[in-house]
Parts: sequence; structure tokens; C-alpha cells
Amino acid sequence: MEIFVCVKRVPDTGENEIELDSGSNGIKRDDLVYSINEWDNYAVEEAIQIREKHGGSVTVVTVDNEEGDEVLRREMAMGADRGVLVMDKAFEGSDGRGIASILKAVVEKEHYDLVLTGVQADDGAAQIGGLLAAMLGWPYASIVNEIEILDEKKIRIHREVAGGNLEVYEVDLPCVLSVQTGINEPRYVPIRGVMKAAGLDVPVYGTADLGLSPESVGEAGATVKVKNYFVPEAGDRAEMLEGSTEEIIDKLIDLLKSKGGVR
Amino acid sequence: MALHIYSYILHNKGVIDDTAFEAISAAGVIDPDASITAVAAGSGLDLDAVCNQASKHYQEVWKIDSEALSYPDAEVIRRLLVRIIPKGDIVLIPHEHFGMDLAPGLSVMLDAAYLSDAVDFGGIGDGRLSAIRQEFNGQVNTQVECDISNGAVITIRPGSFKGDEGQCANGPIVDKTSEAMEGGIPAVGRRFLKFVEAEVGEIDITQSEVLVSVGRGIADEDNLEIAFDLAKVMGGDVSCSRPIVDAKWLEKERQVGNSGKTVKPKVYLALGISGAFQHLAGLKGNPFVVAVNKNPKAPIFQAADVGVIADILDFIPELTDKINEIKR
Ligand SMILES: Cc1cc2nc3c(=O)[nH]c(=O)nc-3n(C[C@H](O)[C@H](O)[C@H](O)COP(=O)(O)OP(=O)(O)OC[C@H]3O[C@@H](n4cnc5c(N)ncnc54)[C@H](O)[C@@H]3O)c2cc1C
Ligand SMILES: Nc1ncnc2c1ncn2[C@@H]1O[C@H](COP(=O)(O)O)[C@@H](O)[C@H]1O
Repeated sequence: MEIFVCVKRVPDTGENEIELDSGSNGIKRDDLVYSINEWDNYAVEEAIQIREKHGGSVTVVTVDNEEGDEVLRREMAMGADRGVLVMDKAFEGSDGRGIASILKAVVEKEHYDLVLTGVQADDGAAQIGGLLAAMLGWPYASIVNEIEILDEKKIRIHREVAGGNLEVYEVDLPCVLSVQTGINEPRYVPIRGVMKAAGLDVPVYGTADLGLSPESVGEAGATVKVKNYFVPEAGDRAEMLEGSTEEIIDKLIDLLKSKGGVR
Repeated sequence: MALHIYSYILHNKGVIDDTAFEAISAAGVIDPDASITAVAAGSGLDLDAVCNQASKHYQEVWKIDSEALSYPDAEVIRRLLVRIIPKGDIVLIPHEHFGMDLAPGLSVMLDAAYLSDAVDFGGIGDGRLSAIRQEFNGQVNTQVECDISNGAVITIRPGSFKGDEGQCANGPIVDKTSEAMEGGIPAVGRRFLKFVEAEVGEIDITQSEVLVSVGRGIADEDNLEIAFDLAKVMGGDVSCSRPIVDAKWLEKERQVGNSGKTVKPKVYLALGISGAFQHLAGLKGNPFVVAVNKNPKAPIFQAADVGVIADILDFIPELTDKINEIKR
């Protein structure tokens, strides 16, 4: 099974307060701590587990700048066989369709049986997997939380729907799946793996390698553009309790009593 | 020129989903002059009931009726929609598990723009629709512009528009089945096998009046003890956000949210939970929400009645002690 996993480097919201940069209508990115998108880490683990059982290879791919190299190596340290960094000035400002069309070109450079993405990344769009599948003309299933390989041509998957209920499908290969958190328990990155991954070659692909025309991607080809970032209106923001911890707790207990939380 | 907007209708067992009415409001914000057509797929009497409900409020309802659609498979429905929806128009789809499966691919097949998870819209100017989205689980909003000159498929976040049930339209129901089925049920590489209901666990948080709910801020499985201690003195139960279940620290039946349980307690303590919309989707019945979080910008403070900026690992035990003291 030749498996292609799309991964993205995102600001770690557990580590960072996202702050606006008034100058650029953007967010301040310089001081942010980045890590791999949580969903993608599950996707890579799933790919590694499939390879361990059924053979084949795992290729991790990201569309990013040079900083993307780090997440690729992290996932290679976990056990992915290869990483590909897709990077070109012309790719900057791509919208979802742009990213998906770039990834399509990478998928089509070689032969793959299975493409995995995360369900969603930092901008919460949950779009790349579905766009990519349709562009490739392959079957798609989103929010997948179980994958079973039936044979070289078929898999069975579970999709998670509302209320934690499941839908079970049989899907023909090749296909694209978006992977949900909790599908497995991602392994820790072994130190030995980190050292090994540091020495591996990570090829970089640009527009020319992928046969893409620069106007079709990046800012130029984008139909959806972010114009401005702003903080959600503080309209019905919570009443913030202030003071010493003691004072706060006293106020809180009074409120809880009146609401039935403390009897 | 007024837009033509199609709204894909979700339904279950003959009952139309609230999002069908939210889409009418959303369409009105996109373009007050737009004409709106509901599109519903399904089979038999259930579908008829849904179309009747939709026609009261939509100017027109298109139905696709086939035994093969009695369980909706997005891979099939996408291809049927492409056969009937003209290119260049706007299609609205709810941003939930079915819409997430259906919508991105639909935009590719219609050669239209794809705009995901919109929570509000500005106006249209120069062939561009201005929309509001959220990033980083709601920590920041973005204003985006979507070029709709070749049409657009747009998913709408459930609950972000008020359902417009007041408006009476009494639109005609148009049977689009033969047009959609021309050439038969489309062949797809994915076959629906079965639906499996979530397992029923030992504890039922949907009945709890007081929920002490913990998120990733609890940091370690061993720390869960402090949440159980607090729940005990408050006479409530412990619930959680999704990452706690993903890490297998708590049972799935304790998860609140869109892919977990819908709860309706009187009091909900959100401790170290950021407030992602998929989590808040499980919180119903207007409970008194207390949020404790160390990040003053956490979106949970938009959803809570009372907020405390604190480290929960210190705050929870102190609160427990104080309640114990009072009770004694
Ligand atoms: C299809 C789909 C369905 C989903 N369904 C659900 C669902 O049903 N339920 C659900 O919960 N999620 C669901 N999610 C996931 C959701 O998007 C969020 O990822 C999740 O809710 C985040 O959980 P969290 O708030 O615990 O973690 P985080 O977002 O990581 O937030 C942790 C918070 O804790 C705070 N914190 C950290 N340490 C401390 C401390 N010591 N003291 C105080 N505060 C601290 C941080 O500031 C942060 O705000 C779903 C996602 C998808 C894509
Ligand atoms: N720049 C990127 N490079 C590679 N994969 C990406 C990129 N952006 C998004 N993806 C993939 O698409 C998934 C969904 O992201 P999104 O559609 O942006 O919410 C992510 O989990 C990744 O697997």
C-alpha cells in the first residue's frame, strides 16, 4: 500500500495567544510556536500502522515555506519513509482550491493507493481532502475514525457522524480519506528516529517540477482571499470575576448557589 | 441582478433540520433580493413530509425521490446535484458531518468557488461576497472575500444564523427526480454498508443538572481526580471535551459536543476548555456557564456567563475545599 499523507504546520493554540498585527491586517506570526496539525499526526500514525501490517510506504507532503521541513522530519522520525516539501513563491496566498490543486499535482507524479488528510487544520476549513478527491476523481470519505484494509483494491471505513454514531462504508482504492482525531494513539517520536530523519534527504518541488502554471495557484489563482483579521466582538462576553483567588471563589460560590450548582 | 441560491436540506425520519431555516436567513443576508430554492433528496413519505415543511418557507422546493436515497450518501448525492443545479449559482450547505462530506467536492464538480464554515456575511461588491469565518478554534475572526462570478458552494456553520420560520412562502414542490436520475443512480467508488449507533455507557451526562467539564487544560490523566472531587462536592458529574476522550482518559459517553452528547444541565463548568464550536454545539437549554481558563482570549469566554482567568490545576482544588468548608 503506497500511502500519501498531507500534513500542515500550524500555530500551537495551546502554547500561543493569537495576537493581531495592526500593521498588516494579519496575525503576529513571528513569536508563535508551531507544531504539526493535531489531525495530521493521527493520519500519519494511521498510515504507519497500515504499512506495518500490509507493507508499502508512507510519504508525508506539505505545501509550506522552508519551515515546513521541520514537521516533515518530525513525521519521518515517527516512521514515515519519505517527506516532500512543496515550496514556491508562486504558491503563496493559495486558497483551499490552490493547495488542493498543488497536492493533486504531487499525487499524480507517482503512484499512490491511498491519500490521507486531517479532517481540518488551523483555519477550520475542513476542505482540502474533499477538494483533492474531486480533482483526482477518486472516492472520498471525511471524518474517518477506523480504516480496515480488505484487499489491494478495497477498504472498509467508519465515518463519525453526529452524536458519536458511525457510518460504515466500503471504498474502492485509490481514494482520499480525511482522518479524525482518536482513530489511534499516535506514538511518541523516538530520539533515534529524530537523528535518523535529520540525515534524510527531503526533496523540494516547485511549480516547474509539478507542471503548474503560476497564475493558477497562489494569490493570483485564489477565489477566496482573507482580507482582514479581527477579534470576535466582545458583545455578550462573560462577566469576568476579579480580585484575589479567595474573593473570586467567594463570588463564584454565591453565584453557583443562586443557580443550583451548590446546595 | 438578484442571485439564485440553492439550499440543500438536511432531514431525519421525515423531520426537517433547523439548518434548513437558518439557510433562509443566511441567504437573505447574502442578498435580500435572492430567490431561494430548497433541494431535498430522500425517499417516499418521509421526503414528502420534509418537502411540505420546506415549501411553507421556501419560494420553491426541488425534490429527488428514490428508494436508493433512503440513506443519504454524499458521494451519490453530489453527482445527482451536479445534474440539476446550474453552474454559476450559489449553493448553501450546513457545515456539519454530511455537509463536510458533500460540499468541497461539489464545488469542484460545479467549477465554483468553495467557501467553508461561514458564520456571517457582509455585502456583495464587484462579484465578490464578503463573509466572516473563524480561525484557531474561534480565537480570531477573519473577513474573507469570495469571488462568486462562477458561482460558489458555501457551508454555513449551524446555529450562526437565526432560523427564519416566520416567513411564509408556500412555494411549489418541483419533482426533479427524473432529471437527477437520468442515466441511473451514478456509479461511485464508495458503498454504504450500515449505520452503527454510539454505544450506551454506564453514565448518562444528558440527565445531569451539574456538569464539571474538563478539557485539554487538565494536562494529565492523573489530574482528573481534582475534577471528580469537585463534581462530588457539587453533586454533579464529570464530562469533558473531545481530546480527553481521544487520549482515552475518559469514556466516550462523557464527551460533550457535536460528535458526543448533547447536554442540558443547569450549571456547566468549562475548565480548561477553549470553546470550539463543535464542543459548544453539545450545550443546550441555556445553562449557567462558568469558564475557567488561563488564556484571557479563549473563545469560551464569549459563550460563558461568568469567566475566571486562572490555572485550573490550582483553582479547582481551592474551589472544592471552599465548598466543602461551607457545607460543613
Ligand atoms: C467533526 C468534528 C467533531 C468534533 N466534535 C467535538 C465534540 O463533540 N466535542 C468536543 O469537545 N470537540 C469536538 N471536536 C474538536 C474541537 O474542534 C476542538 O478541537 C476541541 O473541542 C478542543 O478541546 P479543548 O478545548 O479541550 O482543547 P484546546 O482547544 O486545546 O483548549 C485547551 C484550553 O485549555 C486552556 N488551558 C491550558 N492549560 C490550562 C490550565 N492549566 N488552566 C486553565 N486553562 C488551561 C487553554 O488556554 C485552552 O483554551 C470536533 C472536531 C471535529 C473536526
Ligand atoms: N498547506 C498544506 N500542505 C499539505 N496539506 C495541507 C495543507 N493545508 C491543509 N492540508 C491538509 O488538509 C487537511 C485539512 O485542512 P483544511 O482543509 O485547511 O482545514 C489538513 O489536515 C492537511 O492534511
